Amino acid sequence: MINADFWKAFARNKGAVFGLVILAGILVLAAFASVLFPGDPWDMATAPFQPPLSDGSPLGSDMLGRDIAAGIAHGARVSLLIGLTSTAAALAIGVTLGALAGFHGGRVDDAIMRFTELFQTIPNFVLAVVLVAIFTPSLTTIVAAIAIVSWPPLARLARAEFMSLRTREFVQAAITTGQSNSAIILRQILPNSLSPIIVSASLMVATAILLESSLSFLGLGDPNAMSWGYMIGAARTVIRQAWWMSFFPGLAIVLTVLALNLVGEGLNDALNPKLARSRG
Amino acid sequence: MTVPLLDVRGLSIALPPGADRPLAVDNLTFTLNANEILCVVGESGSGKSMTAHAMMGLLPHPHVRVSAGSLLFKGRDVLTMPEAEQRSLRGGRIAMVFQEPMTALNPLMRVGRQIGESLRAHTPLPAPARHARVVELLDQVGLPNPAELADAYPFRLSGGQRQRVMIAMALACQPDILIADEPTTALDVTTQKQILDLIRAIQAERHMGMMFITHDFGVVAEIAHRVAVMRHGKLVEYGAAGDVLNRPQHPYTRQLIASVPHYIEHRDDHAKSGAPLLVAEKVRKTFHVGGGLFRKSKPVVAGDDLSLTIHPGETVGLVGESGSGKSTLGRSIVGLIKPDSGRILFEGTDLLSLDAKGFRPYRRRVQMVFQDPYASLNPRHRIGDIIAQGPVAFGEDRNKALKRARELLAMVGLDGSAADRFPHEFSGGQRQRVGIARALAMEPKLLVADEPVSALDVSVQGQVLELLDDIRKRLGLAMLFITHDLRVAAQVCDTIAVMRRGKIVEMGTSRQVFTHPRDAYTRTLLDAIPGKAWHIPDDLQKAPVVGAAS
Repeated sequence: MINADFWKAFARNKGAVFGLVILAGILVLAAFASVLFPGDPWDMATAPFQPPLSDGSPLGSDMLGRDIAAGIAHGARVSLLIGLTSTAAALAIGVTLGALAGFHGGRVDDAIMRFTELFQTIPNFVLAVVLVAIFTPSLTTIVAAIAIVSWPPLARLARAEFMSLRTREFVQAAITTGQSNSAIILRQILPNSLSPIIVSASLMVATAILLESSLSFLGLGDPNAMSWGYMIGAARTVIRQAWWMSFFPGLAIVLTVLALNLVGEGLNDALNPKLARSRG
Repeated sequence: MTVPLLDVRGLSIALPPGADRPLAVDNLTFTLNANEILCVVGESGSGKSMTAHAMMGLLPHPHVRVSAGSLLFKGRDVLTMPEAEQRSLRGGRIAMVFQEPMTALNPLMRVGRQIGESLRAHTPLPAPARHARVVELLDQVGLPNPAELADAYPFRLSGGQRQRVMIAMALACQPDILIADEPTTALDVTTQKQILDLIRAIQAERHMGMMFITHDFGVVAEIAHRVAVMRHGKLVEYGAAGDVLNRPQHPYTRQLIASVPHYIEHRDDHAKSGAPLLVAEKVRKTFHVGGGLFRKSKPVVAGDDLSLTIHPGETVGLVGESGSGKSTLGRSIVGLIKPDSGRILFEGTDLLSLDAKGFRPYRRRVQMVFQDPYASLNPRHRIGDIIAQGPVAFGEDRNKALKRARELLAMVGLDGSAADRFPHEFSGGQRQRVGIARALAMEPKLLVADEPVSALDVSVQGQVLELLDDIRKRLGLAMLFITHDLRVAAQVCDTIAVMRRGKIVEMGTSRQVFTHPRDAYTRTLLDAIPGKAWHIPDDLQKAPVVGAAS
């Protein structure tokens, strides 16, 4: 599915290319954070309350003299790591349950979907807060909490795809040629249902990053990991005196989420060409 | 000489760059007079519908546009008229009936209002008069209780009734020209006959000029005064119906007419030998539609006391209209549906009494060829894999299975190199050949073919039928051939079973069923075959099919 045609269709959406460029920039920043800003971002680097463009701190420093730029670079690591791993975990739960429900139908479907609805009726963020608070904040618990609150939409999507594909004749042909259920699910149906799942997963990474930032903002982040949400949360009391402390991490979140959304939309255009054409 | 009602001169319709050909319609010239039916015949992609859509201003703007020529309605060019004038022409003077009565009606609007809309747009009639006219129209198209029916929603009507509503809608403003785009293709054969009779009667009564688009020469023989044959956007033959049907000149027309399925008189009766391969006894299946936790579901009887016997090497045709339960029986035999009761004995073993594990060995012996060649191949797998997957699932070595797949591809008339390509690179007929190869890879004894040719063009249809017949003879396969088309059944089947409403009403040799039908319903079906009075010219009866692969 990733070939020259795919890139052509993707590149037709200028916003998506722009998003991809920003995303690449953030990835580079995260990858080289320790080279660009050696040392611990929690360490005091300069005098407190330094405004941007002052000596030794291009984006200023916070109330304890920590470098904002270093915090953003190291925070990018945490945000992307949590965004990607929690989405991967949500995909694993959601697609597995959705596939089983859609393929088997009947009682299995009923049971799985009622279970899914249980999670859908609880407000996402509240559940995430409760889970992290119970299991003490750490990277693992945050990833788990985000995955647990975000899989239901993926399960519904996978279920719908599987339900419609399972009645297709090529699946019935696979049944009559004696292929096993797992072979049919993995080799026949799953590859054909991936496009919409990939698109919503790319958007889900953005949501996961927002969730992580919100948790850190509330002080429920991993205490050992520098995070954008934590930086904003810590700086909110001095926002009148030192705008830069919350502005730059905020900008980083906005740009990352925007880039992911643009890329997701570009993927949608490239993978679902029929829907994209209607826009002319 | 009087001005013809419609005069199409040098019409060309351009397709967007990147399409498979530059022009959908290429320099098309024909005329349509008042009080005549012109049949435009061609296979899919021949540009016949494009022509009609150009006339109605329905071309998908701006991708597809008329690039040359003129469409003269009573001497005035429709294409250069101002938009407002074109609009009053459409639905007013020129009306159209579409193929799919299911989608052509707005499902949320009562049929009376839908018909009334064109009256409101084109006439100054006040509402009560409009309503009276709607009822009158519904009566004219032969619908029962027209006054009540005007208040019904489309989903309450059957396919035939909806098509009648569509015709009433088209007739609302008494058009001079009626364009019908495959109006009976989606209908059952008995309904088709009723609609064709209605169309013919209405045309004669109102002296309309009618352009009737179809792919079926049987329908042409039934109603046409003049015939235009199209291929790849070009007009290849044009003339009076009698000439084109009985003395076709162009090789393409000859090929099309030769591929019209017909009963072959000299087919020998099948000599039944040995124990029956498959015996179905009193198979019943009821589907439960809708329903949920708090709602009662509606039972639909698909199979009611079905009994059928197939001998080794015999081809049994299962013929019936949609909803008669013929697919239900086919799918029960291959194990896709579990019947409620009854027995299906394959070489003496009751397949229905087996669990999934016990049934597995029988999957190899009974194989299925599906209807839709576009949906029956996984778009993400290579052709070779698609064919080899079955044997591999039964433990065969993958390389051996792939080698065998190439041999099978050659057997069904495709090049072995096709194995490395993906389904979308093939035409419908070629895909159906792949579907047959997939079934053969399992080395079955019985092949269940569920409408294997109904999604194909008539010339391709002929080739696939020939292939099935050839393979069956070479491999000594028994076949259950499910079809809605008696003509197709007549061509390939030794024995025919006629189904109606979940029951087999008649079963006998093809010869018997065609020449001496016993059941009244079989007679109705035979009587409804379009163009039965027309005999395919003798020199085309067994003409060799042009082109090896479709």
